[in-house]
This record gives sequence, structure tokens and C-alpha cells, in this order.
Amino acid sequence: MRSSWATWIFVLLLAIVPTAMFSGYHLFQVTMVVVYAVAILGMAILVGFNGQISLGHGAFYAIGAYATAILMTAWNVPYWLTLPISAAVCAGFGFLIGLPALRLAGHYLALTTFALAVAVPQVLKHKLFEDWTGGVQGLVIDKPDAPFGLPLSSDQWLYMFSFGVAAAMYVLAWNLVRGRIGRAMKAIRDHATAAEAMGINLAMVKTRTFAVSAMYTGVAGSLGAIVVAFVAPDSFSVFLSITLFVGLCAGGAASIPGTIVGAIFIEFVPNLAEKVSKAAPGAVYGVILIAMLFLMPMGAGGFLAGLWRKLVGSRGGSGGEKRPAAVGHDSGVGVELTGSLARAERMPVGRGESVKP
Amino acid sequence: MEGLIHQIISGIATGGIYASVSLALVMIYQATHHINFAQGEMATFSTYITLTFINLGMPYWAAFFLAVAVSFCIGVTIERILIRPMANAPILSAVGVFVGLLLIINSLSGWFFDYTIKQFPSPFPDEALFGGYISGHQLGSTGVTLAVLTAVYLFFRHTSLGLAMRAAALNPVSARLVGVRVGWMLALGWGLAAAIGSVAGCMVAPVVFLDPNMMAGILLYSFAGALLGGIDSPLGAVLGGFAVGVIENLGGAYIVGTELKLTLALVIIVSVLTVRPSGLLGRTVQSRV
Repeated sequence: MRSSWATWIFVLLLAIVPTAMFSGYHLFQVTMVVVYAVAILGMAILVGFNGQISLGHGAFYAIGAYATAILMTAWNVPYWLTLPISAAVCAGFGFLIGLPALRLAGHYLALTTFALAVAVPQVLKHKLFEDWTGGVQGLVIDKPDAPFGLPLSSDQWLYMFSFGVAAAMYVLAWNLVRGRIGRAMKAIRDHATAAEAMGINLAMVKTRTFAVSAMYTGVAGSLGAIVVAFVAPDSFSVFLSITLFVGLCAGGAASIPGTIVGAIFIEFVPNLAEKVSKAAPGAVYGVILIAMLFLMPMGAGGFLAGLWRKLVGSRGGSGGEKRPAAVGHDSGVGVELTGSLARAERMPVGRGESVKP
Repeated sequence: MEGLIHQIISGIATGGIYASVSLALVMIYQATHHINFAQGEMATFSTYITLTFINLGMPYWAAFFLAVAVSFCIGVTIERILIRPMANAPILSAVGVFVGLLLIINSLSGWFFDYTIKQFPSPFPDEALFGGYISGHQLGSTGVTLAVLTAVYLFFRHTSLGLAMRAAALNPVSARLVGVRVGWMLALGWGLAAAIGSVAGCMVAPVVFLDPNMMAGILLYSFAGALLGGIDSPLGAVLGGFAVGVIENLGGAYIVGTELKLTLALVIIVSVLTVRPSGLLGRTVQSRV
């Protein structure tokens, strides 16, 4: 990732400006955007870049949230220390669920993860774990105060904290997706057999991608639990998973900047829609989801990337830059292509298209 | 022992509901190779339509059959408008459309008929039969389910339209060459699936009460049933549905308790898919590379 002074200043501004501009509920909303963005980023790594469809990432969000809440209430672990622990726990769960997922593709994986999402609230309510999870009532967490005597309210500090964690995770994801492992992930998505023939260990890459993806969404769950200061089984119903899925599709499955668009979408659209009717958020989600898939199959991220290419292309005016706009159309999911690096790494996969079944 | 028999019989009664929904799922899967995540919400919506007709003063069976017909039309319309354009789309888009459909129908149910939990009448007498082993509604709903399943079987086996639909699902290209209108056959399949779902909704609503999320759990069991029997075998799906009903009841009564019943469905799904992905009666599909 190229980093210039401008990027750093921009990131720093993003970290500081909202705390000055917003307060109370609005700051909470902005913080939740950051949290959802990390959760959707986790899904994008799995669904967008590895082609494994998951409708059950709410389950990992729930596991992360409960890991943090239990650590903080039962063992008095400081909130920041719960993040690495919950990341490890969620990565472990993701790896375990990734094992059967190896044998499942496409619809079957979607179905299994959907079942996981439906089953999770019941497990959380179960008597066996009630001492830890607090059963139906859930757990209440204390909101942390700003450390080092910083002159910040706890809401402001939580925003900055979440933002810092999210920024670090975005940089990691960006590097992961653009590196060797990321190329392997994308090759598996585009043509599993060809990828295997080139020496990629399918089982290893797929299960580890599942683990990484679960870890991202789990850390988002932890952050969410700290920000909301409360966890209860019914906040993690199947609709959380569906909401994350909607955010992913809205932003564009294989687009890292798109995940932020998706997060903004799922945080603010329901509030706007709820002013019309109590039932409207679901309907608006559904209509927009279907409309996006019909009109903008690459999501907002893919759309913006295409627009950017057009602008840059028309300024350069060279015909050589012309690339297929939607490589991913026949291969499962949208692929965003930016920069020459992407073109270079597409090469083997591009050849692979001639060995389609 | 008496308790065991009782559990098995009521398992078969709920299994009938799962079997119908499984059959609807399998019909859509066979025709389009898509798993319809919105099947449960469609059935709930149809049940609300039935209740509306009943509240308008219609006799139960008139309302029932009218709602089945309306559901059929809704199913055909959905296929024509939303599913058709997705025929060659990537899997992610297809799943996305079904999830979108689920959200839309779910909130429309809440919007039109509001979120309060409603009672739904049963057309069958509310008394215990055969020495208390089975209630009138259980017997009646199992009978209706079996009647529907038999009718569907006869339709596909012994009518030329049924034959055309099977041909369209099995081999669309050849079917088109011999003059079958494949597109309409798929739409009819969707309509039939919606109609079967509406019957299942009306039969289960008196037991679990009617609210917009009524079918969420039932859909999960039906997925499990369809996978257990083999997602490309209608007979397998029906048997799988009944089997899951019995497993669910016995498991709920003797092993895991009622709080973890949904997890049982998850366990069935995962174990079927990992141990025998084709199901009990399904064909093993080999894909060419």
C-alpha cells in the first residue's frame, strides 16, 4: 500500500473530525458504521475474494461480542485485551466451520451458514451456558473511559479506539488481498480446478480464509459489544446475518472500499426507512438488494471503480487500457480491478477462462 | 412407551408439514438449481391471505382453495419477474435475490397484516382420537398433506403437462426442441411450489400461531428434510421431511430438550452434507471440468 503524507493526514482527519462534529447518538451511529465496516470486510474476504458464500456471519459477530462480554464481566479483563482473545476464539470457530465448508460449494454453503445463523440465538439462550451468557437477559458491560487522562468523553474515545482498530485491520486486509495468499484466494474463486493444478492447496487456503474472515467479523462483534455496552441473544438473530449480507452486496462483494459504503448503507438506511413505516426497513433492504443485483452487479464499490477507470481512461485516451469491465460475471462474483498490479495478477486466471467446463 | 408412541405420531404430523415444504424446495431446485430461501416467507404470506378471506366471511375451505390459487399466481409472477433474469447469473446474485425476496415478503406480511401473533382456525375437530394418541388437527393435517403429495405425484406421473414439466427440468434444451415451452414450465413449477407452501402454512398455523416469522424454523427443518432425502429427489424429500419431523420430536423430547431444536436441524444439515451429500435417495452428481 502506497502511503503518502496526504493519506496519513486524511486518515488522521477521519479519526478526529467526527469526534468534534458529532455527539451523542450521531457519534454512536458513526462508530457503528466503523464496526459494521470491519464485519463486512470480513465477509468480503470470504465471499468476494474467495467465492465462498456465507449467510451466517452474524454468528461470528455474536461469538466475538459474547467473547468480549464474558471476558469483561466474568474475568474483569480490560476491554482492549479482549480483542486479541476474541479474534483467536473466532478464528478457531471459523476454522472449524471451514472444515465442512470445504466439501460444500455455492448454494449448499449458503444454506449451511444460514442454518448456523438461525440456530445461534437458541444456543446463546441455552441453560448450559446461562452462567456465562446471562441467558435471555444478556450481559451489560461498563463503557470504558478514555485512558491517559485524555480530555475525551467515553463515546469519543470509543470512536477513536474503534477507528484505530478498524484502520489497522483494513491495512492488513488490503495487503492480504493483494499478496500471494490473496492471489491464491482469487484464483480459487475464479477456477478452483485450475488453481489446484497450479499448485495451490485448496483445503488450506479455503479453511484459513474462513478463519481470517470469521476473525474479522468476530473482532467487529467485540467492538460492537463494547460500543453498545450490552449483548443479548436476540440482537444476533438471523436478520443480523442478512443485514451484513445486504451491506456486502450493496458495497460490492469484491471491493475493499465498497465495504465502507455497505456499512454506511446498513447503518443509515433503516433509520431513514423507519420514518415511513415500521415494516419499511426490511422492504427497502430487499428492494435495494435486488435492484443492486440487477442494475449494479458489482455493487457500489465496483460501480465507483468503473467510473474511476472511465475518468482516468478518458483522460489518458489510450485504447490499450481497455479491460473487460466485469470479469467476475461468469466466475461467481464481481472483481474490481484497479491499477496495473491487478492486471498482472489477473493473467493466470484470465488464461484459465479458456478451460471453462 | 406410551410417551414414545405419542412423540412419534406427533413427529409424523409435523413431519408432514416439513415434507410439503421440502417438496416445494425440491421442485424449485430441480427446475432451476436454486435453493429458495424465501419459500417459508411465501408460505406465511399465503397463510395471511387465507386468514383475510376467512375474516371476510368465507367458509374455511373456500378461503383455503382461493388462497392456494392466489399463491399459485404469486409464485408464477415472482418467477417471471425476478427469477427469470437470474437464470444465468452467478450464484452470489441468485442467493442475493432470494434473500431480497425473503426480506420483502417478510416485511410485506408485517406491513399488511401487522406483527401481532394471530390465532388461525383449524377446520378439524379439536378432540383427541384413538385413545389420546393423536389430535383431530394432527390427523386432518396429515391427511391433507398426504392428499397433496399424492396429487402432485399423480400430476407429474400421469398428465402430459406434468411430463412436459419434468422434461423441462431434466433437459431444457432437448425439451425445447420437442416443443415444450421451457420458460412457462419453470414458472408453473414455481406456482406449484408456492401453492404447496400455502397448504403447509395453513396446516401449521393453528399449531404454531400466525406471525410474520412463523416459518423460519420450519424452513430450516424442511431444508434438513430435503437434504436428508436428496435435494434432487421429490420422493426422498417427502420421506426426509417425515423423518426430520420424527427426529426433531424424539430429539427434543429425549436428548437435547426443546431449547436446542433448531441446532438439531443444523446438525442434521451439516452431517448429511459432509457424510452423504447426495442424500438418501439422491443421485450423485459428477461435474465435468
